[in-house]
Amino acid sequence: MSLIAQATTTELTTPSVDWWGVMPLLLLTAPAMVLLHASSLLSRVFKGFYTLATVLIASVAGAFAIGLWWRVTDVERGPFSTMGGAFGVDGFSVFVTVLMCASVILAALLADGYLRREGLEGAELYVLLLLSASGGVIMASANELIVMFLGLEILSLAVYILATAHVRRFASQEAGMKYFVLGAFSSAFFLYGIALVYGATGTTSLIGIRTFLATNTLLDNALLLAGFALLLVGFGFKVAAVPFHAWTPDVYQGSPSPVVAYMASGVKAAGFAGLLRVFYLAFSTERTDWQPIVYALAVATLIAGAVLAVVQTDVKRMMAYSSISHAGFILVGVQAASQKGTEASLFYLAAYTFMVAGSFGVITAVSRAGDARTSLEDFKGLASSKPLLAAAFTVMLLAQTGVPLTSGFFAKFGVITAAVDARSYWLALVAMLSAVIGAFVYLRIIVAMYMSDGDEGHAAHAEAGDAVVLDAGAGFGVLTVPVTLWVALAVAVAVTVLVGFLPGLVTSLAHDAVPSLIPPR
Amino acid sequence: MLASLLAATEAVSPPFPHLLTSLIVVPAVGALLVALISKSRPDACRQVGFLASALTAALSIFVMIEFQTGEGDFQFVETATWIKEFGIGWKLGVDGISLFLVVLTGVLFPLAILAVIPEHDPKPYYAWLLVLQSSSMGVFLALDLFVFFVFFEIVLVPMYFLIGKWGHGNRTYAALKFFIYTMFGSAVMLVGIISLVALTQRATGGDVTFDLRVLADAQVLSTNTARAVFCAFALAFSIKVPIFPLHTWLPDAHTEAPTAGSVILAGVMLKLGTYGFLRFGLYLFPEASRWAAPLFLVLGVIGITYGALVATMQKDLKRLVAYSSVAHLGFIVLGTFAMNRQGITGGILQMVNHGLSTGALFLLVGRIYERRHTRLIAELNGLQKSAPLMAAAFTVVMLSSVGLPGLNGFVGEFLILNGTFIAHRWYAVVAATGVILAALYLLWAYQRTFHGTPKNEENERFADLNFREGAMLLVFIAGIVFMGIFPKPVIDRIEPSVDRLIAQIEDKTDTFTAPEATPALAAGDGEADAHAEDAPAGEDEGGTEGEGGTGNGATEEDATEEDATEEDIVVGEAAAEAEQLAVTEPAARAGAAQLTEALEAAEASAAEEHK
Repeated sequence: MSLIAQATTTELTTPSVDWWGVMPLLLLTAPAMVLLHASSLLSRVFKGFYTLATVLIASVAGAFAIGLWWRVTDVERGPFSTMGGAFGVDGFSVFVTVLMCASVILAALLADGYLRREGLEGAELYVLLLLSASGGVIMASANELIVMFLGLEILSLAVYILATAHVRRFASQEAGMKYFVLGAFSSAFFLYGIALVYGATGTTSLIGIRTFLATNTLLDNALLLAGFALLLVGFGFKVAAVPFHAWTPDVYQGSPSPVVAYMASGVKAAGFAGLLRVFYLAFSTERTDWQPIVYALAVATLIAGAVLAVVQTDVKRMMAYSSISHAGFILVGVQAASQKGTEASLFYLAAYTFMVAGSFGVITAVSRAGDARTSLEDFKGLASSKPLLAAAFTVMLLAQTGVPLTSGFFAKFGVITAAVDARSYWLALVAMLSAVIGAFVYLRIIVAMYMSDGDEGHAAHAEAGDAVVLDAGAGFGVLTVPVTLWVALAVAVAVTVLVGFLPGLVTSLAHDAVPSLIPPR
Repeated sequence: MLASLLAATEAVSPPFPHLLTSLIVVPAVGALLVALISKSRPDACRQVGFLASALTAALSIFVMIEFQTGEGDFQFVETATWIKEFGIGWKLGVDGISLFLVVLTGVLFPLAILAVIPEHDPKPYYAWLLVLQSSSMGVFLALDLFVFFVFFEIVLVPMYFLIGKWGHGNRTYAALKFFIYTMFGSAVMLVGIISLVALTQRATGGDVTFDLRVLADAQVLSTNTARAVFCAFALAFSIKVPIFPLHTWLPDAHTEAPTAGSVILAGVMLKLGTYGFLRFGLYLFPEASRWAAPLFLVLGVIGITYGALVATMQKDLKRLVAYSSVAHLGFIVLGTFAMNRQGITGGILQMVNHGLSTGALFLLVGRIYERRHTRLIAELNGLQKSAPLMAAAFTVVMLSSVGLPGLNGFVGEFLILNGTFIAHRWYAVVAATGVILAALYLLWAYQRTFHGTPKNEENERFADLNFREGAMLLVFIAGIVFMGIFPKPVIDRIEPSVDRLIAQIEDKTDTFTAPEATPALAAGDGEADAHAEDAPAGEDEGGTEGEGGTGNGATEEDATEEDATEEDIVVGEAAAEAEQLAVTEPAARAGAAQLTEALEAAEASAAEEHK
């Protein structure tokens, strides 16, 4: 406030910038722009150049973020904010930044073989991934609602285009259009929410809002509550919470699989980061007002996601609904509105990033040229022709089920513990029961891979007519798995299993990833 | 007595470090090795699979040998930190309740591996079996609720694949039903576990811990909360057992599973539920389980009669055996919730017995199916003519399942009925009919399958047991006969832990003394005289502090004021009860006579069949 007041009365002073603090963000955006321009200038690059460049850029940004981690978790130095307090650098934002980088790396690895297979090679997808991730980083670090909105838009606009990345596939164009129209709609809600909160509190700074709410009692908080609701709509859309989930199945099914991996991990992580920052930090004093809403959202998301997944016949749609259900689990952590809940949510996001990247990695491979073969039928007998692929998918699916000794189990364990600690016993029960329903979905895929003979299925097709015989010939034989995809799968499986045995590796990090609102010095 | 107490004061340490961990790790490593072997070498997979499971069996037998008799507390305890933030520790231990289940798990797997050669894909088959052995061991050994849950849940995965991939008929349906059904229970239990831990931590203000012994000692939940949490546990265990209305997954899973899968399902996995009731139900929630006991007694009795009646009507031999399991597990539930020494000891004994006899029955049915490719009783007849050895083996195993004196089933069922009779007379009376019904369905099935002359060529050409199969069954039969004739060494190892459990129930609930038999009645099992006096008095249940049990409640060192008053009540009640029992003794005798009669009837009819 004081800074702004100063700025209007006296000469224009720009807030100081801690360049190290924003370095991960700059390292994502600037090289991305360079890459984009380079791609138009370079006539020929070696195979996999853009993937390599993207992985390098994201790794360097992630490495810088890890460097920041030491700084913000250091007892003496601690978290800080910069740019006039609008950009916070704390354990929480650094954690999410690293997560976004990991998500970009995994998506880029999946995209490499995919783009070559579909004849779509180019820098655009990679650049958009990096830019979108930078939006996510901004969301995770924003101490200011307007900055949060900027981050949200940077993140979203890039993802809308990413959804349409398969230029020759109608479903992809449709998905992008749908996502854009609905997304723009939800952004408008979000913006309106900001306006209402500004109206109620007189500031858009999260620090200011918190101070205001802590020091004032609102006689009429209708405006504020309406603001909460509209902000929740915006975030709910991004994280695919029911009832703002309607876009998810269509968009997931139509978009290129590597992009979906990023949507389900990166976009979701950014959405939850923003949600936690705004609600858990800034509106912490009003938690009795928003907790019930999140509670209801969580219940609806858990149940609808799990139940609707059961009736799907397309694996990508199943994964879409399962991602909705997972969002419900993370909402259970958010609902706790506690340090423990935040930790659990972050752990869940970290675990889910790898689970979902691995899952969509397999789907990318199995969908084969044309990116359309994702029905449950297309997975039949995968185990006998591509046992390693099937095994990797099985690990991912069991992890999503929540089977112990996978990261997915500890993720669920964490949020349930947080819910029980917050005395939301019924929510914990609902969550676990939805996990059981979810198990049915994942097991159906495993059944298709292991227990239905692909050969038999094809034989049955063959009887139907010659056209299908051709189809049978194009079975798993044409399924090629590029090296980069194997690398992504290996990383995903390794992390999922390792964290399953030693969750302490991540829980301790999540424990230190405390979100905080530090006023500028 | 003194000697045993002196011995008890020294903590029983394992003969070599990580003995119990090795029981879990050895099969797991075996599974990894199998997974690394080339697919084109099924023999190597088989050998590695057998060796790993046999090594586990040897280790489990070693544990049994080193196990200190007369010691009720956990032995060979291992503790290590696993996840510090959540207070989760790798804590393992074995006591009389789990000892023989561990041995059973150890021994059944190599037998099942040796007995059955899978029809296809041997490599993953052996790997999954070893994973199953490892995780089942984990369930029986865990002293940490979290570790227990992890294994309890992991068990589902290998079994799911075994049924779904190597099963018969409607296998994917059966596998899915099995997984979802059981996971439903454990999902609720997870919330229960976390609630118990969180509430205990909140009440005591100490560190978060999942340690079974600490939680059992704390008992800080209010009555209603404890009951609610108990219900969460009980649901999971009831499904796993399975107890009557929740049993519908069992016939499907057992029937469609491959032979080895059925053997393991019946032998090991059905015990996870009953074991869970003893270890985590009664031990953690003494008051709540006492509160819920009537329900479980009723359901147990229903299970006994319902299972038996449904079994009688089965056309499929394997399904018949599956339903007989429902009946047998009803007995175990009955014994468990009789909540006295006879009942619980009998229940534990019956868990082992059921593993042996039903495991062997499934093995035999598997052999029949392998030869005839049918399990329909109507299709089979006169097998005795062509396969006399198999008929003989079937007879012994079947009679043990019926509960013929001299074979293992009798000992367990007798103790259970004895215990139940003391506590709840009429339940025992109804349950005893289950013994008769068991004779009915098993003998009838035997008669239809083996007696008469073969009516078709295939039955005529039916091949008898070969050497390998015969040797396998001989191991089962040896166990059956040994446990039937000389159960004392087994009971001696079980009873101290049962006493410890009962002491826990008595100490942690206000006005409860376990219904105790009069010496005259209990003389049958030999030991009761010695324990009858000190059982209700202050036995120290302190799991972590060690074993200060003095048998002299009044001078108990760590007795707090509350304990003292409680003890007074207990002593007073014991006296009152002694009087009461004096009155009921003739009735008890009458009941025992009735029971013997029933058993004799069964025996007689069995003898008749032989003629």
